[in-house]
Amino acid sequence: MATSLTPVLHLVTCGSVDDGKSTLIGRLLAETGSVPGDQLEYARQTRRGGSTIPVGGIDFSLLTDGLEAEREQGITIDVAYRHMNLPNGRRVLIADAPGHEQYTRNMAVAASNGDVAVLLVDAARGVRKQTHRHLTVCALMGVKTVVIAVNKMDLIDYDRGTFEQLVEEIKATASRLGVPQVVAIPLSAFAGENVTAASTTMPWYDGPHLLEFLSAWVPLADTTSSTFRFPVQFVVRAEGNFRGYAGTVVAGEISPGDEITVADSGRTAIIDRIVTYEKDLAKAVAGQAVTLTLDHEVDVTRGDLLAASGPDLVQPADRFGADLVWLGEEPLAHGRSYLLVSGSRSVPATVTSVRFQLDVESGFEHAARLLNMNDVGRVEIATDKPIPMDPYALCRDTGGFLLVDRVTADTVAAGLVRHVMRRAFNVVPHTYDVDREARVRLMGHGGKVAWLTGLPGSGKSTIADATVARLHAMGVHTYVLDGDNVRTGLNKDLGFTPEDRAENVRRVAEVGKLMSDAGLVVLVALVSPYRGDRAAARELFSEGEFLEVYVDTPVEVCAERDPKGLYAKAAAGNLPNMTGRGQVYEVPEHPDLILHGTGDLDATVEQLAKAILGE
Amino acid sequence: MTELAVPYIAVLDELEAEAIHIYRETAAAFRNPVLLYSIGKDSSVLLHLALKAFAPAPLPFPVMHIDTTWKFREMIEFRDLRAEQLGLDLRIAKNEAAIAEGVSPFTHGTHEYTRLMKTVALREGIDKFGFDAAIGGARRDEERSRAKERIFSLREPGHRWDPRKQRPEFWRTANTTLSEGQSMRVFPLSNWTELDVWRYIEREVIPIPSLYLAKPRPVVERDGVLIMVDDDRFPLREGEQAQMRSVRFRTLGCYPLSGAVESTADTIADLIAEMESSNVSERAGRLIDGEGGSSMESKKAEGYF
Repeated sequence: MATSLTPVLHLVTCGSVDDGKSTLIGRLLAETGSVPGDQLEYARQTRRGGSTIPVGGIDFSLLTDGLEAEREQGITIDVAYRHMNLPNGRRVLIADAPGHEQYTRNMAVAASNGDVAVLLVDAARGVRKQTHRHLTVCALMGVKTVVIAVNKMDLIDYDRGTFEQLVEEIKATASRLGVPQVVAIPLSAFAGENVTAASTTMPWYDGPHLLEFLSAWVPLADTTSSTFRFPVQFVVRAEGNFRGYAGTVVAGEISPGDEITVADSGRTAIIDRIVTYEKDLAKAVAGQAVTLTLDHEVDVTRGDLLAASGPDLVQPADRFGADLVWLGEEPLAHGRSYLLVSGSRSVPATVTSVRFQLDVESGFEHAARLLNMNDVGRVEIATDKPIPMDPYALCRDTGGFLLVDRVTADTVAAGLVRHVMRRAFNVVPHTYDVDREARVRLMGHGGKVAWLTGLPGSGKSTIADATVARLHAMGVHTYVLDGDNVRTGLNKDLGFTPEDRAENVRRVAEVGKLMSDAGLVVLVALVSPYRGDRAAARELFSEGEFLEVYVDTPVEVCAERDPKGLYAKAAAGNLPNMTGRGQVYEVPEHPDLILHGTGDLDATVEQLAKAILGE
Repeated sequence: MTELAVPYIAVLDELEAEAIHIYRETAAAFRNPVLLYSIGKDSSVLLHLALKAFAPAPLPFPVMHIDTTWKFREMIEFRDLRAEQLGLDLRIAKNEAAIAEGVSPFTHGTHEYTRLMKTVALREGIDKFGFDAAIGGARRDEERSRAKERIFSLREPGHRWDPRKQRPEFWRTANTTLSEGQSMRVFPLSNWTELDVWRYIEREVIPIPSLYLAKPRPVVERDGVLIMVDDDRFPLREGEQAQMRSVRFRTLGCYPLSGAVESTADTIADLIAEMESSNVSERAGRLIDGEGGSSMESKKAEGYF
């Protein structure tokens, strides 16, 4: 049956308990019959200290409050998801974001799926900093409709002037942020005015009450993409040579006979069938989960994007300008490799620069080098391989992404593509005739990188030096990339913060890669304290081309040796970023080789040389 | 039923599409996922959705039942029948040690019984088969404490649920990466309500155990709860005698722990009508949740689903 009303409305509610948010949501749920009778009875019979609700009345705020245990576990600050059934049959999924000042991240989560935001403002207290923050985050995350619910009108005698003044101020901010639709409703959640029934105390207001608005809401004339987008989740293979691509249509629509392009490769095909469990469909629209078959065999794998062919075809790129909401406890590190996850796609990516940090209360952009938890900022991102992404404003699913820490697997940021900066089609690697194999034939051996990691003073340079001497005598072409030496030239612009260390590692790895391609055996002697950075380095190389070698020397021995006087300086408090002192050294979990820096040098060199030569 | 501006079918379609999306993501992203099948109505819907998600291919992962050995007899018959009909790769996990010790709902408190026969058995089953993702039928409307549960709910080594490690969920994009020792619980029905489940069963004509529908059954009344005497392991108290009453079950589990409700609803349409008029929390009839104020929370921290 066709319907013009979106069946499920995703609502985000923002505001704090002080604004009367629990009472508002509780009343909406109770008066739409969306809570079980026994829970309602509980809210009728339970009273908190200081409650002014008369006997027999319902404390609506109790319907949404978490459990005691939950509060102790610290998850009351988390987004809560509830459902509400509207009288016209529409389902509302409420993502309820906590209101506390510092939880921008939770607001962002709740707003990420939101069609409509209800922003609570306390009429008696007026517009506050958090009001601006909530608006900013809603706008950032692409919420198109904001309902300013001016609550506690009963406390200001339902005064029209105060209401209008307040709304004007908020609307100015919303307009600066580019929120397309803003409506304001004066209400009292406590007294039940304009929540699920029209108010009789505010005859000057002739707009809809909240429930009425939510029931009748229709998406704005579309600002988002209506061009077909289909990220492939799963390749379905079945009897009779069946091969189909399963996924959800995230934008636009598709019918058999339509031409699509695999945006990743540029290959085209015609849609043959739209398969579902019951029957084939004549058309699939945004939101439907289907399986598509193509008229001929094309290389398509999980993560690929099927898109409508045509002039506005989305093209792969490997540089993006994006807004990040930083979620991780550890700050963003430039140059560190994260996993970029968008829909079913995942690809290593690096944040190459932070352009500014956004003050979500004032709207100002500040210069910044770092993003900390709950910060929002504009960055440049480089992906390891070109991927087709849309601007977030066109499509949330193909323009939004997560950054995942490669060691802890935590989600550390949510990203929103703002600009596609470099179409990879403009940069086509040239293939040269004299290739790696040709060089192997000439030199008699292939290139390789042995990456020596360990504490300062563990013996990396000494071991590298002696090993190279041994290999050289055997006729092997070698080079040493020594951390300190590289820092006097190529990397002299870098310091010792975690993000600079990540960039240091990245550059050394790239140079090592070039040298290895040229046929050299490269020994890298670099503290490289972070696992994530070393993992990113390894990723540049093919299997067997990279050896992670852990030079394991007790820190006391390193401090005793202290060839560069670093430990002495650190002890004197003059070297806050010293690895093993002020900064942590993350011991390799699965190194290819462990060398003991306290062992006999000859034997150690022998061990390393053998590993390099593959003996 | 009066014609609504938004027909119920449209809401179900959207919930169905969301669940299918979650299924496909799970099957593709994890090395060795499993569908936890508890034979109840939610599991029946879950299984049906899984068949839909991968059609025309068969289910790409096995199905595991945590058997406490105290399930209703009909449940086990139903399980084996469905497994055969659908050609499922059915794995059964039991806490053999506890069974050997004679642990039963009558010898142990419900909390300890549940911990041993369900929580421990589940953990052992997951470890034994090396599953890295377990798909279950939990819904956010079941209990207030579930309102904050994720769709992809992370478990630390040892199946521990750490609220602080739960990942923020944006759009349809899930971070399914696991670090050493972690595993995932996946809940495709998170946004469904109990009524959605029943309406979907009705619409899709999904087979369910007949225990959900009213029929005269032998029951005894204990502390105001009607318990069905499903087999002769049920120790009748002095003077107690099973009576035939027309009852149905709102949730199915271990028969000595499942409270029956008096009802004459013997079709799904009747059952839905009865539910719409009564409007009582689903877990009210479940005996295991009753012990202690926030026992659901503590069970979850231990690894209960």
